[in-house]
Amino acid sequence: MNIDILFGVIQIILIATTPLVFAAIGELVTEKTGVLNLGVEGMMLVGAVSAFVTLVITGSYILAFLVSILSGILMSGLFAYLVLILMSNQVATGLALTIFGIGLSSMIGKKYIGTPITGLNPYFFVILSFIIVFFVSYFFYKTKLGLIFRAVGESHDSSHALGYSVIKIRLLGILFGGSMCALAGSYMSICYAPMWQENMTAGRGWIALALVVFATWKPGRILIGAYIFGGVSILQMNLQAWGLNFPGQFFNMAPYLATMIVLIIISSNRIRIKLSAPASLTIPFFKGR
Amino acid sequence: MIRLITLIISILGVSIGSANADPKKIGFIYIGPPGDHGWTYMHDVGRQYMESQLGDAVTSTYIENVPENADAVRAIRKLAASGHDLIFTTSFNYMDQTLEVANEFPDVKFEHATGYKRAPNVSTYSARFYEGRTISGHIAGHLTKTNTIGYIASFPIPEVVRGINAFYLAASKVNPDIKIKIIWAFTWYDPGKEADAANTLINQGADILVQHTDTYAPCQAAEKAGVLAFGQASNQEEFCPNAHLTAIEDIWGPYYAQRAKAVVDGTWAEKDTWDGMAEGMVVMSPYNSKLMPTDLIQEAVAMEVAIKDGTLHPFTGPIYDQSGELRVAEGEVADDFMMATMDWYVQGIDGELPQ
Repeated sequence: MNIDILFGVIQIILIATTPLVFAAIGELVTEKTGVLNLGVEGMMLVGAVSAFVTLVITGSYILAFLVSILSGILMSGLFAYLVLILMSNQVATGLALTIFGIGLSSMIGKKYIGTPITGLNPYFFVILSFIIVFFVSYFFYKTKLGLIFRAVGESHDSSHALGYSVIKIRLLGILFGGSMCALAGSYMSICYAPMWQENMTAGRGWIALALVVFATWKPGRILIGAYIFGGVSILQMNLQAWGLNFPGQFFNMAPYLATMIVLIIISSNRIRIKLSAPASLTIPFFKGR
Repeated sequence: MIRLITLIISILGVSIGSANADPKKIGFIYIGPPGDHGWTYMHDVGRQYMESQLGDAVTSTYIENVPENADAVRAIRKLAASGHDLIFTTSFNYMDQTLEVANEFPDVKFEHATGYKRAPNVSTYSARFYEGRTISGHIAGHLTKTNTIGYIASFPIPEVVRGINAFYLAASKVNPDIKIKIIWAFTWYDPGKEADAANTLINQGADILVQHTDTYAPCQAAEKAGVLAFGQASNQEEFCPNAHLTAIEDIWGPYYAQRAKAVVDGTWAEKDTWDGMAEGMVVMSPYNSKLMPTDLIQEAVAMEVAIKDGTLHPFTGPIYDQSGELRVAEGEVADDFMMATMDWYVQGIDGELPQ
């Protein structure tokens, strides 16, 4: 294997892993404030289609990403209204958001399937994903506001007693998560595989959710988890192309296995504390209590 | 209240009215979305052709994105229970699910694409895509400069293995040094993963890509990297004009129209159909004259003619498998059973076929 091939493999890994990093870091911030949003896949799809459609109509890449992020804010804003104000069940609402997102994105994109576009160079976004992870890590562990965000996720009653607005902070966490998921989606439809296809995220939202658990809610570990996953799946392709047999089926199963792990951990209290999950994760906040 | 009653009566009237016309309801189960510009897209084009041919005699519905697992049973049953007369299930791994539902609904007719299990109310149909793979292989053998072909495969089922073998046999005949690198994606549909596989193959030196997955992501990746590619299932030239050599198109319309007509006429009977270029079920997209020399295009066209009149068979012996065992003797051709159950690579292909 010469150095050019190695360099090529690294490039492919970077390009393939970036959407996972965006979606996972967004979801991590949401979960840090104590809210589980299972709507990642749906928000990614709506983000992907709105970026694509905007690009086709206006021809502007910048506008495409802005509209996409706006769509993420709207989608997650809807989720926030349901879980924060109406106190609906977070798991059920998040699943509904994914189903809604799949349907909505298919509907919006129907006319635009198969419209050829020119893809954008992905490396800006690859670098951006690292910067965002660094920023999130710095925010949570080096700033006062970050500490407040974490406190809300650990014990919303104590935070409330100290005078912090639990609802506002959770809203910000949810909206940041939504924007990042939309960014992940728009990266997919404009850089990674420049096209719009129904369901084109193909389960990456679920992988992102599992990565947050894998990272035990630590921002830096998102990068480790995502690059292990992305790296292994690209490496197994390389092994196959070199004529070595490798169980590719396993990687098809991984998102589902990962989702099960998320669910098991969320439903088991003791392990959750050990893994340093935010203690208030999925628990609704009642102001009057 | 009176308004409500009038409304109900008018709705009943409409449904009785349509019941009198008695159009046959034809249902389709799709593995992906009709917009994939590949496999499902061509089935949907076939469905629309059927509707245009039979007019008021039929109505059709489809359910898209049906996974190849127990969910398929629900989707097929939903169509059967809602009064459909004929149901096309358009992916290989709907096989057992189709038979399961067919057993529950003996009066409903079923047609399963690319499978081999039949019942009194279940027919099977497929196209001889491998005939097109032979032509792709011939073209690739002539055009490759690196002697390396990248092949993006989906699942190790006979249809896909047969395509790889047919391609390699033709390619190695014109270029004995040719190497074929195969990546099994284990999905029919994931644009991102298909692009990853394409880029991995290009990175490993492939200068022509062949795919057996459903979207045009690999062709797009080829265009971007400046290498060549074959489209899949439909003509994908508009997405990759400087990479697209030709594509193997699946033409289902006439078959769908013929089978739906049989249901309308009450003459439908269980059968197995496996048509190819001769019947027009497999068609090559226009050869790209910017990328292919004229004499190569002429050779490809001549091969089409030879396949149609039966003088060229993609699996003409002697054919050895990887272990060196003679599978098809000199002067003979592989029979349909051997091709329909093919689970071995021909000699010369590196790597092990996943099981």
